[in-house]
Amino acid sequence: MDYFIELFLSGLTRGSIYALIALGYTMVYGIIGLINFAHGEIYMIGAFTSFIVATTLSIYGFPLAAIVVVAGVAAAIWSSAYGYTVEQIAYKPLRHAPRLAPLISAIGMSILLQNYVLLAQTSDFLPFPKLIPEFAFMEPVAHVIGSSDLVILITTAMIMLALTLLIKFTRIGKAMRATAQDRTMALLVGINVDRVISATFILGSALAAIGGLLIASHIGQINFAIGFIAGIKAFTAAVLGGIGSIPGAVLGSLVLGLTESFATGYVSSDYEDVFAFSLLVLILIFKPSGLLGKADTKKV
Amino acid sequence: MITAKELTPINKKIICKALKRSLLISLWFVFLTFPIMVIKVNPIERTVSWRWGNIAYVAIGSFVISLLAKAWLVRKERAAAAKTAACPTRASIFHNILQRPGCRYPLAALLLGVALAFPHLFSTYQANIMTTALMYIVLGLGLNIVVGVAGLLDLGYVAFYAIGAYSYALLNLHFHLGFWAALPIGGLLAALFGVLLGFPVLRLRGDYLAIVTLGFGEIIRLILENWNAFSKGPSGISNIPRPGFFGLEMSLDQAMIYMYYLMIGLVLLAIFVVNRLQHSRLGRAWLALREDEIACQAMGIDKTRIKLTAFALGAFWAGLIGVIFAAKTTFVNPASFTFMESAIILAIVVLGGMGSIIGVICGALILILLPEYLRALSEYRMLAFGAILVAMMIFKPEGLIAGVRRTYCFQGRKSTAALQDDE
Amino acid sequence: MMNKRMNKPILNVSGLTIDFGGIRALDHLDFDVQVTEIVALIGPNGAGKTTLFNCLTGIYRPTDGEILLACPKTGQQTRLNGLKPNKITERGMARTFQNIRLFSRMTVLENVMIGRHCRTHSLILGAIFRNRKTREEEQETIHKSYEILEKVGLAGQVNELAGNLSYGAQRRLEIGRALATEPFLLLLDEPAAGMNPQETAVLVALIRQIRDEGHAILLIEHDMKLVMTLSDRVVVMDYGKKIAQGTPDQIRGNRDVIKAYLGEDVG
Ligand SMILES: Nc1ncnc2c1ncn2[C@@H]1O[C@H](COP(=O)(O)OP(=O)(O)OP(=O)(O)O)[C@@H](O)[C@H]1O
Ligand SMILES: [Mg+2]
Repeated sequence: MDYFIELFLSGLTRGSIYALIALGYTMVYGIIGLINFAHGEIYMIGAFTSFIVATTLSIYGFPLAAIVVVAGVAAAIWSSAYGYTVEQIAYKPLRHAPRLAPLISAIGMSILLQNYVLLAQTSDFLPFPKLIPEFAFMEPVAHVIGSSDLVILITTAMIMLALTLLIKFTRIGKAMRATAQDRTMALLVGINVDRVISATFILGSALAAIGGLLIASHIGQINFAIGFIAGIKAFTAAVLGGIGSIPGAVLGSLVLGLTESFATGYVSSDYEDVFAFSLLVLILIFKPSGLLGKADTKKV
Repeated sequence: MITAKELTPINKKIICKALKRSLLISLWFVFLTFPIMVIKVNPIERTVSWRWGNIAYVAIGSFVISLLAKAWLVRKERAAAAKTAACPTRASIFHNILQRPGCRYPLAALLLGVALAFPHLFSTYQANIMTTALMYIVLGLGLNIVVGVAGLLDLGYVAFYAIGAYSYALLNLHFHLGFWAALPIGGLLAALFGVLLGFPVLRLRGDYLAIVTLGFGEIIRLILENWNAFSKGPSGISNIPRPGFFGLEMSLDQAMIYMYYLMIGLVLLAIFVVNRLQHSRLGRAWLALREDEIACQAMGIDKTRIKLTAFALGAFWAGLIGVIFAAKTTFVNPASFTFMESAIILAIVVLGGMGSIIGVICGALILILLPEYLRALSEYRMLAFGAILVAMMIFKPEGLIAGVRRTYCFQGRKSTAALQDDE
Repeated sequence: MMNKRMNKPILNVSGLTIDFGGIRALDHLDFDVQVTEIVALIGPNGAGKTTLFNCLTGIYRPTDGEILLACPKTGQQTRLNGLKPNKITERGMARTFQNIRLFSRMTVLENVMIGRHCRTHSLILGAIFRNRKTREEEQETIHKSYEILEKVGLAGQVNELAGNLSYGAQRRLEIGRALATEPFLLLLDEPAAGMNPQETAVLVALIRQIRDEGHAILLIEHDMKLVMTLSDRVVVMDYGKKIAQGTPDQIRGNRDVIKAYLGEDVG
């Protein structure tokens, strides 16, 4: 039973991380209908930035609390800046180009960013400093859930709540929903669509950066290539939930996280990635609208 | 080019504005790249190195690039304003030269002559590099059918390449099948896989298709990596024989040169076949599919069937080259078939010009030979490929050498169409 | 309705309904088209005219109702529901699009040649080896396409890229492309939209000529003058429903039609 609970909780942790990344895919898709292929790389850059900042601060002897805060903020700021820049360079000029063009450009961006980090930093796996200490009060349940799992769960829950409020009640949130529903209409009623699109990229990137920080400190190591697999998996989760739908992304991520956790726990971990890819292929073929998405007929 | 005489006050103002903009952009990039470019930590030895010099590179680099980009866009806008044509100009200088029969055949003969003499003019090492480039030409031509002509973004093209390579490796391992028997089998097997994969996925929308093919490519690679009993896992299969030549014993050098000529033959075959396909009923249907899927269907074209043939024919060439690859390196393992390989082939097609045979040839030669000969550049190879994909989409989506449609001339009502091959 | 002719209709639509999540874009629509007849489909913006075309040609899947197409030569009747768009075109019904959908990076001639696709057969091997049959088929495709281009007045621009044509020429090319599929029923979605009076006059003559060659035509148009001069019969739609049908004269005086066009308050 303990094993089951352990797998369940670690599945939830996994799922929460996927959710943080998947939200970026889903929000961008909802607004401009583009699969932001470079999003996994934004997450990787978030993880790398937090790694660089945290390690530097710890070498210079700063206290842990300061390190956590500064690393988190830096990761969010720089990832957002990258997200914004990628949008301005690679997608904005192609908004009216044939559908294939932004997709190819996105793939190019992904390769570019990966190799940029590889060249500027290193291809080795790097040990990530432990940012989340083992809490004493967690001692009795330590065999089923670690401190960092708990922190991840709580942090993502809070972020989700904040995001929901932001989208429901703020001006920019409302503008986002309007743009997602009908871009031309939003433009006509005076919404600055360019700003909304940028804001979406910034927001999605910040979420991915937090995800990057959390998972890197959870797993304890990072590498320039982590964005590819994480990106694909988060995208799988977004499609599973119904791409374009925010609750869908969260639901899809949790489902994917749990299934992966149980599959590796009870079956085998050899085919973990094959499993995720197969799931992706199967959903796209049989139910491309996902769990919560709505099927739409393209207007002709 | 703007000469001093043209520096009217308006131009000056534009240039001032552009400079200011580029300055801001370069400042932004200095900020953006700061943590990753400047700070490098060594977590083991616990040291931090601050590479301040990189700031200068970033600043100057982004300043120059943004200026160039701006200049390009301004020029393009002016050109567009000058002639109102919405579509790209019909023929490039290349095609104008090629279309003149007086130039066309001597040029082709010259190229062929150089290609045939190549291994004797240069070292075997050079010929070997050239063989690789020729392989990528065929891969590019194959992917060009799928992406460039039919407009289906296939990100898992490398899977078919892997299928070709492993079918030779495995057939040889288990059944001692020779190269010449494996060559068509590899191609056909890849085509078969193309059809099998195509059936379920080809009704998907363009972007989903891209992701599914990417997933498929990764699945094939992961299976090859993990299914030890079948594929010998990550360590791969070695001692694959090189192609034989009527049972003749060959030295390594001779084998390399033989391989080179084999590839020349395959390239010629691929050019011939792809060219004929492009200018046939089928090729037109592919193009129409790329242009507008719904209109294409409404004109009576069976979308699924057309897509399947494109997929299968593209995969066929990848399978063929897969067999060649296994024979050339005498060793295959899953690490040769990563997504990056698909990306390289895609970059070749995009750089050269989607749908253009000459374009793909140039694209492959540039992208494969340049990093080989400029060793200093080879480190930045993948970075450049990524940048090329982005830059081409923004600045020159039709590629270096755009594909040109065949023209017909009609004389009066009798309309005798003068047929000629474009490429 | 009083205008029912005795000969068998080539297109018979009954109870056609389609919903887009809550919105009923077509509501139990019934109408038919007879051999070599020009039927105009009119109605205010958003009435569902284009949606009707999309259902007829298999691009949308109707929620309910039946579409029957009968070949005037063989008399053979087929149910079109659930058929793919290309199959429907093969059966002899072709269309143009309201927002022009040409293959803009292909030449004018090639656009028409695409229309011949479903009437020709050569495949991969034929393409590679270019045997005699393929060559002959290709020549025939070229000739027939050229003839069609002469008919729609584009013979001078065969090698032009379709995307570079003027607006009016693009509309005519769409008609030519549809004609190349050898339809007996041609669906035209606002063929005169964006044309100047001269261009419209040429178009009217072209449509007449096409009809005289034995094609039936179903036509969506907002230009009332064109509709009234050209059509044998008019079907009026509003909010997905058929609200009137009859000869142009009957429609001109119909109160419901005036009301639909000018709003409720007109008595
Ligand atoms: N794919 C779709 N999804 C949702 N609603 C649709 C779709 N296609 C059409 N509609 C709706 O159906 C209604 C009818 O549209 P349609 O384009 O058929 O009108 P129309 O009569 O052709 O108008 P117009 O004269 O402006 O061309 C509109 O309210 C439109 O928004
Ligand atoms: Mg309409």
